[in-house]
Amino acid sequence: MPRQVTRLDRVVIRFAGDSGDGMQLTGTRFTQESAIFGNDLMTLPNFPAEIRAPQGTIPGVSSFQIHFADHDILTAGDAPDVLVAMNPAALRANLADLPKGATIIVDTHDFTGRNLAKAGYDADPLESGELDAYQLHRVDLTGMTVEAVKEFGLSRKDAARAKNMFALGLLCWLYGRPTESTIGFLERQFARAPEIRDANILAFTTGWNFGETTETFAVRYEIAPAAQAPGTYRNITGNLALAHGLVAAAVRSGLPLFLGSYPITPASDILHELSRQKVFGVTTFQAEDEIAGIGAALGAAYAGSLGVTTTSGPGVSLKSEAIGLAVALELPLLVVNVQRGGPSTGLPTKTEQADLLQAMYGRNGEAPIPIVAPSTPSDCFAAALEAARIAITWRTPVMLLSDGYLANGSEPWRIPDLDDLPAIDPGFATTPNHTSKASSNGADEFWPYQRDPETLARPWAVPGTAGLEHRIGGLEKGDGHGNISYDPANHDLMVHTRAAKVARIADTLPPLTVDDPSAARGDGGARVLVVGWGSTYGPIAAGVRLVRGAGHDVAQVHLRHLNPLPRDLGEILKRYDRVLVPEMNLGQLSLLLRARYLVDAVGLNVVRGLPLTSGEIADAIEELL
Amino acid sequence: MTAEPSLHPLGSGLELVPTSHEPQSGKDYTSDQEVRWCPGCGDYAVLKAVQSFLPDLGLRRENIVFVSGIGCSSRFPYYLDTFGMHSIHGRAPAIATGIAVSRPDLSVWVVTGDGDALSIGGNHLIHALRRNVNLTILLFNNRIYGLTKGQYSPTSEAGKVTKSTPVGSIDHPFNPVSLALGAEATFVARTIDSDRRHLTSVLAAAAAHRGAALVEIYQNCPIFNDGAFDDLRGPASDDRILRLEPGLDVTVGDRTWRHDPTAVDPSDQFALSRLEDPVPVGIFRQVERATYDDEAREQVASAVAASTATREERLAGLLNAGDTWTVV
Repeated sequence: MPRQVTRLDRVVIRFAGDSGDGMQLTGTRFTQESAIFGNDLMTLPNFPAEIRAPQGTIPGVSSFQIHFADHDILTAGDAPDVLVAMNPAALRANLADLPKGATIIVDTHDFTGRNLAKAGYDADPLESGELDAYQLHRVDLTGMTVEAVKEFGLSRKDAARAKNMFALGLLCWLYGRPTESTIGFLERQFARAPEIRDANILAFTTGWNFGETTETFAVRYEIAPAAQAPGTYRNITGNLALAHGLVAAAVRSGLPLFLGSYPITPASDILHELSRQKVFGVTTFQAEDEIAGIGAALGAAYAGSLGVTTTSGPGVSLKSEAIGLAVALELPLLVVNVQRGGPSTGLPTKTEQADLLQAMYGRNGEAPIPIVAPSTPSDCFAAALEAARIAITWRTPVMLLSDGYLANGSEPWRIPDLDDLPAIDPGFATTPNHTSKASSNGADEFWPYQRDPETLARPWAVPGTAGLEHRIGGLEKGDGHGNISYDPANHDLMVHTRAAKVARIADTLPPLTVDDPSAARGDGGARVLVVGWGSTYGPIAAGVRLVRGAGHDVAQVHLRHLNPLPRDLGEILKRYDRVLVPEMNLGQLSLLLRARYLVDAVGLNVVRGLPLTSGEIADAIEELL
Repeated sequence: MTAEPSLHPLGSGLELVPTSHEPQSGKDYTSDQEVRWCPGCGDYAVLKAVQSFLPDLGLRRENIVFVSGIGCSSRFPYYLDTFGMHSIHGRAPAIATGIAVSRPDLSVWVVTGDGDALSIGGNHLIHALRRNVNLTILLFNNRIYGLTKGQYSPTSEAGKVTKSTPVGSIDHPFNPVSLALGAEATFVARTIDSDRRHLTSVLAAAAAHRGAALVEIYQNCPIFNDGAFDDLRGPASDDRILRLEPGLDVTVGDRTWRHDPTAVDPSDQFALSRLEDPVPVGIFRQVERATYDDEAREQVASAVAASTATREERLAGLLNAGDTWTVV
């Protein structure tokens, strides 16, 4: 039947249902289809910490939001244009996020007295008129799914479980998504359960056909592929990109990778992924606790591996003492913190960036460590490589600050050429480096704290290297020889030297890229600079676009290196009258910038466990214009 | 010493560690650092025994690593001219696990005390033991906190009056041997600092063991707990000490059996560990079980062996895996 086709430049869809309804899978499949189709996209999964909260209740609602477009986009979208609600709780939990006029597709099957009551509805919202301001589509997803798959003789419960594939099929039809990769996925996923496999595939195609053959939906939508730079792409989550970056760092440095880790949300997927990559010489050690995870990683680093530990904020709290030891030992070590809502257990499945000051200062004594923060899911790959470069070159623990939004969110990633990845030289010490008084022909001793004059890094001499036997430890070291020293002047020297070593990393950082079209115009129009770090990159850049779209000038700079800060940052801050620092914390980067540069930074501090919205950032910028 | 065969003759615990063709003496294992334990400390005797015994292993010195935690005994690595790490309180077994798993060619030793191993580090100790990581753990037990100047420890007897327990400790003490047996350690022994010959023989057996070996060493602290083991020293101690040997008839309560450290079921060994008069010393348990580090390396090695591609080719494959699309 001829159907009206409306062309859109971007759409935000949120799939919402009970934790057991398979919303994450549905969203992920829709994402894959969209990625292969060639749209630019960003995703935002949002799910409860409980694996299966009571069915049909608000706390049990799990959702997956995808923003896809015919142009490059920066966020998963401030608000959904379309909500797919599999039950009353999913509707109620998400309705407040929907602008008036948005499309709502509900599975009417679950809108029964008991389920309505569980969601806190006194009256059926489908009948009460409270959804009049929206475009409501009532579809009996469950009923039609069960009817469609009855030929396979599944229990009613199993048959009903395929309803998410029916919904996916319908949405794929509505937005012109290709279907081959989902069918291929279902064939692989359920290869050992043919009835389940066939039921899911049939539910998926029936959902597609339902859209095609009924007149429930008068309009189909078309979102053209986005222009992308030439290359091979894949869609990737932050955790997967980070794990790949660690493997790449091991390959590029020629080191075996040793991960010591304890399971914790939202970092565990990195452990899972690396445990599958043994073919790269990757050893994963699931430790008895967070401390043993970093302890084993540090031991492996001492013995010549690329030592890594992965965790989230509460785990970093437990690892603090061992990070301090790594500072004293001056050994390469990567500490990956996939930040989540805090304090304490906080919001395990939600995002936050409130561990920056913990990374900076969360240790006893003067214990500076470099900090690197990725800005988007795919950037986790390059950030992991950069963190490894710093750790290995400067013989120091490095904190890599990801967060829950980056970890679980996804976007298309242009797969890099291997030749473009940095080569990292471990530069192991192999010979004595110091000449004793007794020596008559050159160096005859090994001094573990005799430093490279340029980087101030100490030699990395691994066990098994003859003639380089030495002892290191957490007690203060004497400069050069590394023996225990309680000498006051030596301690002062060592404290300053460790700080200077980290500061010198800034010598190798590229100049910051300031996004300021007004500067390029030469009229110096922008008076406001927005400074961000980590996963706020997308929302900030989108907010900046909104402000520019309204005809105003504004500049943006985003920090990947939080310690040391780039050398040119101070000068850049001085160019602008006002500095806005949006953060998902109470102003941690603001505090650092104020202390370091005496700049009157203004914070935008929202800590909801969700990414900032471009709208609230645009509002904050406009207040300063 | 003549040239050694490539496999170490003592036992499988060291079979992957390269051996030295050079003659060695205790002096080779003595670092240039001044030893700073209190005069009369039992640690001196253990240090001397270890320095004298290490040459007998015939290993390359650079392939030996001593890792310690915090406490008086944990200064031990500074005094040995091997690779060494003086780490943080209680964590030495975890750090040593990373070393042992990543490097089969190293002989890895942990030096720890009753506070370090059984209080702050209790968790790491039991997990290293149950995993059976190829480590030799020397637990110096002086039943007191020495470095912090005299508080009771997890092995101090109940009722002990110390600086932090002026009216007596109300903590029930751990028996380290019982604890290790409960954690299903594959090698568990006890010895005493003052008996050099016994100490050395137990250390040799522990080093030869492939897997986690725990050796409890009764060690005197002359400052804060002097004489804790006096009744186990000297000729007069013969009826207070039970020197365990395989096949020795042992009696606990009304039951007598033939001691078998190789028995897989640890029940009899555990019953023996509960004996307080006489105090058993020697090897309680010595059984074979696959080690964590060997199995971890085997998993990696078989994955690597299954691929003929270079590491770079595999990386390209990894990055390009899954659903990809190409924009020209």
